Amino acid sequence: MSLVLGSVVLGILSGGIYALMAVGLTLSFGVLEVVNIAQGMFVIAAAYLSYALQRYWHIDPLLGLVITIPVMFLLGLVVEWSFIRRLKQDRVMLSILVSWAVALILEGVVGLIFADDFRSIHSWYVTATVPVFGLYVPDIYLIGFALAVVLMGLVYLLVYRSRFGAALRAMVQNREAAALLGIDVQRISTLTFAIATGLTAAGGMLFGAIQAFNADSNLDLISRLLIIVILGGMGSMGGALVASVGLLVAVNIIAVTWTPNWSTFFFFGITILVLVFRPQGFFGAPAARKV
Amino acid sequence: MKRPSTWLIAAVALLAALVYPFVFSSTEATTIGFFALLYVGLAASWNINGYTGYISLGHSAFFGIGAYTIALFATRLGLQGGYGLFAVALLGGLVAGVAALPLGFIALRVRTMHSFVIITIAYVMMLQLLAYNLESITNGPNGLGVPQPAWSGAFFNIPFYFAALVLAVGTVLLSAWIRGSRFGLGLMAIRDDEDKAAGVGVDTWKYKLTAYVISAIPIGIGGAVYAYFASYIYPQTVFDPTIDLGIVLSVFLGGTGTILGPIVGALIIQPAQQLLTLYTGNLGTAGWDLLLLGALFLVVILLMPSGIVPSLVERARRTSVREAVTKADETTPGAQTAVGGNGTS
Repeated sequence: MSLVLGSVVLGILSGGIYALMAVGLTLSFGVLEVVNIAQGMFVIAAAYLSYALQRYWHIDPLLGLVITIPVMFLLGLVVEWSFIRRLKQDRVMLSILVSWAVALILEGVVGLIFADDFRSIHSWYVTATVPVFGLYVPDIYLIGFALAVVLMGLVYLLVYRSRFGAALRAMVQNREAAALLGIDVQRISTLTFAIATGLTAAGGMLFGAIQAFNADSNLDLISRLLIIVILGGMGSMGGALVASVGLLVAVNIIAVTWTPNWSTFFFFGITILVLVFRPQGFFGAPAARKV
Repeated sequence: MKRPSTWLIAAVALLAALVYPFVFSSTEATTIGFFALLYVGLAASWNINGYTGYISLGHSAFFGIGAYTIALFATRLGLQGGYGLFAVALLGGLVAGVAALPLGFIALRVRTMHSFVIITIAYVMMLQLLAYNLESITNGPNGLGVPQPAWSGAFFNIPFYFAALVLAVGTVLLSAWIRGSRFGLGLMAIRDDEDKAAGVGVDTWKYKLTAYVISAIPIGIGGAVYAYFASYIYPQTVFDPTIDLGIVLSVFLGGTGTILGPIVGALIIQPAQQLLTLYTGNLGTAGWDLLLLGALFLVVILLMPSGIVPSLVERARRTSVREAVTKADETTPGAQTAVGGNGTS
């Protein structure tokens, strides 16, 4: 029984970390109408960045965020400016293909630099553990959860308590109307995409610390993130958090009580089952956006 | 496919495909030919579902189902390798079609494009996990073998090449027939505006599901033929998102919703990809192929979002209009103002 409780705690903690990785995805969708398949690869690239900073310059991964967040933010700016902005019609579909291509290119570049052996980010707080109901939870989960809460809190403040956020939410409701009201739609789009990409710096650092990764990991990761985002309801930040925590608690319980082999299967299976009865996800508006 | 010139081009292309393995008989050349034709079949098949505008990134699920069907069937029944196994490949298509019914049922319930795409990606992941985990059936990560035929040397590839050719031609004909039919018209109406299509009496739900199931069948056959050719399959080699990438890239390069598009796309992408892995593989730098593939994909989508075939057709149409206009100018001096005066009227 205590094992189950422990797995619930672990599920909540890792759910927070996954939500942090997924929040940029749902934000980009809401504001830019873009499904960013490259988000998974951004996370992996950020993980490599943290890894390289620590390995070659001996910069602590947490401290390194001061460098990696701006770098990823810039990458987001570049990608939005060079590719996403060019998509005028059929944005949802074409963005999927364009961002997939971006992911492939990044994967190729990372593969050229680091080859395909698995890497992981080490630090004292990755190896140290705290006992929680009979499970030994690495400190990084606690730090990661705290970091996720802080960063998502900041995003929440930005979206719901700032002038920028007001413009952003107006765009989510109606892009054309927002543009007519004098909102600089292009600028908000670019910044949103860059912020979403910047957040992957933190997500990547945590991802690299909680598990070994290589460039190929991005496919598995993006599938999970997309699943979290549609279960929560595309475009809903709160939904992504609830879905992420819910799914990870569920799969952790399955892993502890039954077998870890099937936990990932149920990660996808539960979502698909939910979507049969609630096609718009937990917090999505029913057939909100006709595509 | 009505004008005689179309038939002529088709006949020449078919003839070229028939003599190709005898002109270029090296194993490398026939392997490239096999993959090119296999992907013509896969892409044309995928495009049947693509007529509805619902982009599936998970049709490798059916590829894998077909592959595992032939492997399981042949090993369990102790079948020998030989021409007979190509008949078993058809069974792979059948099983894929049956599996597509519930999968399509669920994926199409979510009416938004993005959710559909994401669910189809999840299907590949789920089936791959099933293949890993159901060890008693699939032999898990160790994979399954398919009994091999006794063909030897350079001849080995020839039967596979022609099997892929039959699949390619059959699927293209099926796709062309559907496109010209009332059913195909309904599918394209769904692509243009699903609500309006329903409004004018298209049973959109039934149409979409039918297209989804039909498009799974040739892909299942293709997976089975591939498994037989490859002789050994693993969960990650047949339930593989890069197969989806190859299919989707081919269709988009050639032009979605057209009959010729997937053919042209696959005939460009596959040989390029095969040659690329052949050469970059030797350099030991596996990153280059992804990099180039991604760059090609970007160029295609950003510069020719509708694909090669529609872009060329559009260009040809414009040239012929321009020619007609020039001709008109020469005969009637006043025509210039009549044609150019659109803006003022």
